[in-house]
Amino acid sequence: MTLHLAVALDGAGWHPAAWRETSADVFSARHWAALVTEAERGLLDFVTIEDALGPQSTLPDGLDERTDQVRGRFDAVLLAARLAPLTSRIGLVPTATTTHTEPFHVAVGIATLDHVSGGRAGWRAQISARASEARHFGRRRFPPLDPGARDLAADPHVRDLFAEAADAVEVARRLWDSWEDDAEIRDVATGRFIDRDKLHYADFAGRFFSVKGPSITPRPPQGQPVVTALAHARLPYEFAAGSADVVYVTPHSDEQARAVVEEVRALSGEIKIFADLVVFLGEDAARRKARLDELDGAELASDAAIFTGTVRELADVLLEWRRAGVQGFRLRPGVLPYDLERITRGLTAELRGHGVFRRAYEATTLRGLLGLPRPASRYAEVS
Amino acid sequence: MTRKRVHLAAHFPGVNNTTVWTDPRSGSQIDFASFVHLARTAERGKLDFLFLAEGLRLRELKGRVHDLDVVGRPESLTVLSALAAVTDRLGLAGTVNTTYNEPYELARRLSTLDHLSDGRAAWNVVTTSDAFTGENFRRGGYLDRADRYERAAEFVRLSRELWDSWRPDAVAADRETGTFVRPGAIGDVGHRGAHFSVEGRFTLPRSPQGHPVVIQAGDSDEGREFAAAHADVIFTPHGRLEDGRRFYADVKRRLARYGREPHQLKIMPGVTFALGDTDEEAAENAAAIRRQQVGPRTAIAFLEQVWGRDMSAYDPEGPLPDIEPDPAEGVSQGRVPIKDRAAVAAKWRALAGEKGLSIRELVIEVTGRQTFVGTPGSVARQIDEHVQADAADGFILVPHLTPGGLDEFVDRVVPLLRERGVFRADYTGATLRDHLELT
Repeated sequence: MTLHLAVALDGAGWHPAAWRETSADVFSARHWAALVTEAERGLLDFVTIEDALGPQSTLPDGLDERTDQVRGRFDAVLLAARLAPLTSRIGLVPTATTTHTEPFHVAVGIATLDHVSGGRAGWRAQISARASEARHFGRRRFPPLDPGARDLAADPHVRDLFAEAADAVEVARRLWDSWEDDAEIRDVATGRFIDRDKLHYADFAGRFFSVKGPSITPRPPQGQPVVTALAHARLPYEFAAGSADVVYVTPHSDEQARAVVEEVRALSGEIKIFADLVVFLGEDAARRKARLDELDGAELASDAAIFTGTVRELADVLLEWRRAGVQGFRLRPGVLPYDLERITRGLTAELRGHGVFRRAYEATTLRGLLGLPRPASRYAEVS
Repeated sequence: MTRKRVHLAAHFPGVNNTTVWTDPRSGSQIDFASFVHLARTAERGKLDFLFLAEGLRLRELKGRVHDLDVVGRPESLTVLSALAAVTDRLGLAGTVNTTYNEPYELARRLSTLDHLSDGRAAWNVVTTSDAFTGENFRRGGYLDRADRYERAAEFVRLSRELWDSWRPDAVAADRETGTFVRPGAIGDVGHRGAHFSVEGRFTLPRSPQGHPVVIQAGDSDEGREFAAAHADVIFTPHGRLEDGRRFYADVKRRLARYGREPHQLKIMPGVTFALGDTDEEAAENAAAIRRQQVGPRTAIAFLEQVWGRDMSAYDPEGPLPDIEPDPAEGVSQGRVPIKDRAAVAAKWRALAGEKGLSIRELVIEVTGRQTFVGTPGSVARQIDEHVQADAADGFILVPHLTPGGLDEFVDRVVPLLRERGVFRADYTGATLRDHLELT
């Protein structure tokens, strides 16, 4: 069985000083086009695109006033759409926040991404707990995030945000199904464009919002675009298990990988488990990372494990974690495009040597690449 | 005196009966290929921009989804961003509601589109808001007309504040000194108004156009005032010559109050067209298109919107019924409401009586908009004349077929406008502001 491989794209790479070692212009379409076409040449399953409703910061909440790191990002859904016509097989998984956005708009935006990409859309659903981002909307007042808090589940504010995220995904899934596949009939004889018995109200009413439906957009090519979530603890595991098709977890060793897989698997037998790793690749990887750390004035810190080494060594780690039950990996390149090219031109060949990575794309949709069937609409009557 | 230059845009065929789907040439309203076809045709003709409409709830008649017209469309800005990848110069205009969006998020999406298209983004600001549409949104509810425009004006002002908040030279990306953003170059935004409270910093550098082009499509007094104060382009239904001249004069006159020059607001009525090799053939084509647009059931559906009751028992090819409109709540949801239905019914009845029209003929007569009908030469002349007579600065062309409805216009009419010296032979600038001469 093939091992799934994705890359997470953000700015000039995941090291905050990465921009100093690359000619990348993170605010040009050309930069992103080059990255995603490279990822597709490497036959990767998908790329994710980071996003947030506020500037980047080294602080958990609020501005850090640093001028030596990349600040600013494009809206990830629009960026993914901009890249869709330039590619034909690779999945496109933008981040969209569930907290301050309208679930209806997000659902229709992702459905549209699926239409313009011919069935390659995903969505990384993310909460925004930051008080600084809430002030960009002025609708809700959030307590400042406590960076010392270890137990997310104990914080009722955070619990609510995950409950709201689960509702947002539920609304999206209902809206995507709200047009049955054969709703459009174009029946000239009766003058009817659609069979309105095949359009359905979503009729969602929850604690945070209600959405009537149906969607304004016909059912996306995949039926259900792929929903993904990053999760580090029990509460987000529960959100992912209940709402997502793919979860990104962050073990730091194969023992931890085994434990996380066991915990997530107990919550869902279906979900695809991907592990995140920040990667600096090549013979001189450790030296490159050290140089960047020095430029940044601090050793790189990350929620995910940080790997430095050759692609051969990385392949060994991935195979080890795979034996622990991890089905795929979302690699976060330390520097773009350098570490991405080591993945697409080196790591994939290495994995192919072990017989665990594709030699050609075997499907035209993201669900197809992930081995997920195309589901019938929940509203379709079984005949 | 030099002749005014004509501005032209292409409207992607929408979800009302202007779009004919019963024609065998009618293609998908949702496949990306349809959008690519129309956008590339418009760009081949060197048109100013492509225009996408919006509707946030499917229209209903008598409590059920209206099934006679095209139904279903994508999210505007997402499709436009994808189109930015397959076009180079064409402006990309999306309609986005101010009632069901928040300024920080939408300003960011519009700035993203402007960056990703190298300066071709436009935003058609609409305020359509009723409880029916609100059922799809957190905000829900209804805003009265005055509040809607107040909210829209505050929304646009705040968006521009966000777009301006990074100094043009904010991104240094100086690898030698390690300065990515210049110190102090990203301004704080602190806004407290009647509708919005936004405090913090924007997440994008100033975009290529600085401000994406703002389009306004309302027609009320408040709408016109809003346009005079805030808009770069008006999309109006006033396409007929005399009506257009009155509208044009009225709106341009309002500009001075805001310290603006007449050329800073372009007036572009939405119009349809029908071509033929002779004027007679064009007239026949125009009539045939109207009959396709107003089929028997569509004629009855229009009647029901005015009468506010079920009229399905009446023969669309027969005379208007004697009954009066139901004064109670209407049967139509998700469209601009008809204000005085009894008066409209009386007017329709008088017209039908005077001209001896059937229900369907009447609806064909009263629901048409300005249509340029004729040979390509005649249509080019009519367009030019409307613009030189100050009835418009140009037109938003609404083809009746998806996606090929603009092909013949671009192939046959545009070259003649060019021969008349009133339309560009090629783009001379890179941004939509350049095309619209909004500098």
